[in-house]
Amino acid sequence: MTAPATEFLLDVRGVAKRFGEHPVLTGADLLVPRGSVVAVLGKSGTGKSVFLKCLAGIVTPDAGEIRFDGRVLDAGNASARAEFRRRCSYLFQSNALFDSLTALENVALPLESTTQVPNAEIRERSLEALRQLELDRHRDVHPAQLSGGMQKRLALARAIVTRPELVLFDEPTAGLDPLRRNSVFEMVAKYQRQFGFTAVLVTHDVPEALAVSDRIALLDAGRMRFQGTPAEFSRSDDPAVRSFRDSAAALRDTIAALRRGETLPSEEPS
Amino acid sequence: MIETLGRTALAVVGELGDFTLFAGRSLASAVGSRKLGRRIMRALYEQGVRCLPVILIVGVFTGLVLGLQGYYVLSRYGSTSVLGELVSLTLVRELAPVLAALMLVGQAGSALAAELGIQRNSEQIDALETMGASPHAYLIAPRIIAAAVSFPVQTAFFSLIGIWGGYLSGSLLLPLQGGIYWASVHAAVGWPDLRECLLKAVVFGLLTIAICAHNGYNTHRRSRATGARAVSASTTRAVVVSCIAVLAADYLITSLLVRS
Repeated sequence: MTAPATEFLLDVRGVAKRFGEHPVLTGADLLVPRGSVVAVLGKSGTGKSVFLKCLAGIVTPDAGEIRFDGRVLDAGNASARAEFRRRCSYLFQSNALFDSLTALENVALPLESTTQVPNAEIRERSLEALRQLELDRHRDVHPAQLSGGMQKRLALARAIVTRPELVLFDEPTAGLDPLRRNSVFEMVAKYQRQFGFTAVLVTHDVPEALAVSDRIALLDAGRMRFQGTPAEFSRSDDPAVRSFRDSAAALRDTIAALRRGETLPSEEPS
Repeated sequence: MIETLGRTALAVVGELGDFTLFAGRSLASAVGSRKLGRRIMRALYEQGVRCLPVILIVGVFTGLVLGLQGYYVLSRYGSTSVLGELVSLTLVRELAPVLAALMLVGQAGSALAAELGIQRNSEQIDALETMGASPHAYLIAPRIIAAAVSFPVQTAFFSLIGIWGGYLSGSLLLPLQGGIYWASVHAAVGWPDLRECLLKAVVFGLLTIAICAHNGYNTHRRSRATGARAVSASTTRAVVVSCIAVLAADYLITSLLVRS
């Protein structure tokens, strides 16, 4: 029997994770409406990637509940986890492409490994995914022979070939220059509209996240400090949100002060 | 002291249990796995064809040395006519399975451990899991199944080329007649010897490739090293543990077969 569709495709409550003595997540919540793009912001080292890996099942949380389409994902519910994996794709920060396989073989891999789709259809769907991401000319090339941006597109082609309902993006712009960064965000926005998947995007690029997302969440000290629309994020008076949101302006003020030869407050003798 | 011993013993038992589950899960995952045949063929090429030159080189030199040493020892007793028996039985029963396995661990096993370690570090194994694909079915099972085929074939080549090496020593470099050498080989090697040889090769193949795969796959669990150092540590450990396992398994199989 199919459960009735809920408003939120993903409903995360109180996820906690510690590594040894170091608590990374202390009770993180997240609501992801269907068909939306939710950006999870946070400073480096705040546990954004760990949070996303908890959602994907790569890391097992110590506490908390994750519901996908109304069904709880936990170790005791193998069928729910298997269904989640069938309907969800994960885009790794490092792309995690198989370097011994060609671009076409990389894209075909999820279909070959997890479905009973005939070989001819696998090839057709994989070529179609490559065409949609303008990589069809490079189908016989290995990932190492592609540029960084093309590898990112190839990873996205592999992620969408199974026609997922949810795509998890782990810092898709890490290590890219501003032009490539913008093109990755454009790519996310364009294909999210084209394929209609729900997306959770972990990043620390505030302006771009505000531009492409329907909702913003700010992870701070192991918890979601803020969840709301980009407009609410822009208006929020929460000190953590303000410091994150205004970090670029604060940097500009600091540099301007240094150029004027002023002493910074932190440098004044005590 | 006792506490350390106890902790070590528990760790060894835990590791053995983990390894057994890993090998069992890998073989079970092969059932119904798609395109398994293609991946086995690729593994056969890597473990078989690519390792054959090393096997042939080591095999011929082993036979040459056995022929040389055997001839001078046997000549003291006037028994050089059984040189073929000495070389062939030594190779078929013991040296070919053991040395071929050690060579394959050095080439194919170390490569497998390093490859899996790098795949673990670069999140390729995590990627398979997030796709819902079984890394055991995709990466491990084809290698273990291929080992059960490639190790006996490599061992057979090792034995053949080694026996021929013994002939080179005894009959071309030394004055033993070729016909006597080959007649002695023919009379000595029987079905029980071949069965022992093949049994050892299959066991060594399954054991060593599973050990190398287990070490590479669990590279991320190494607490004392990360990144490239973890891959290096996993590969070294895979080779050392595999070599010890080959020698221990050889003793066990030999003692069981000798008694029966």
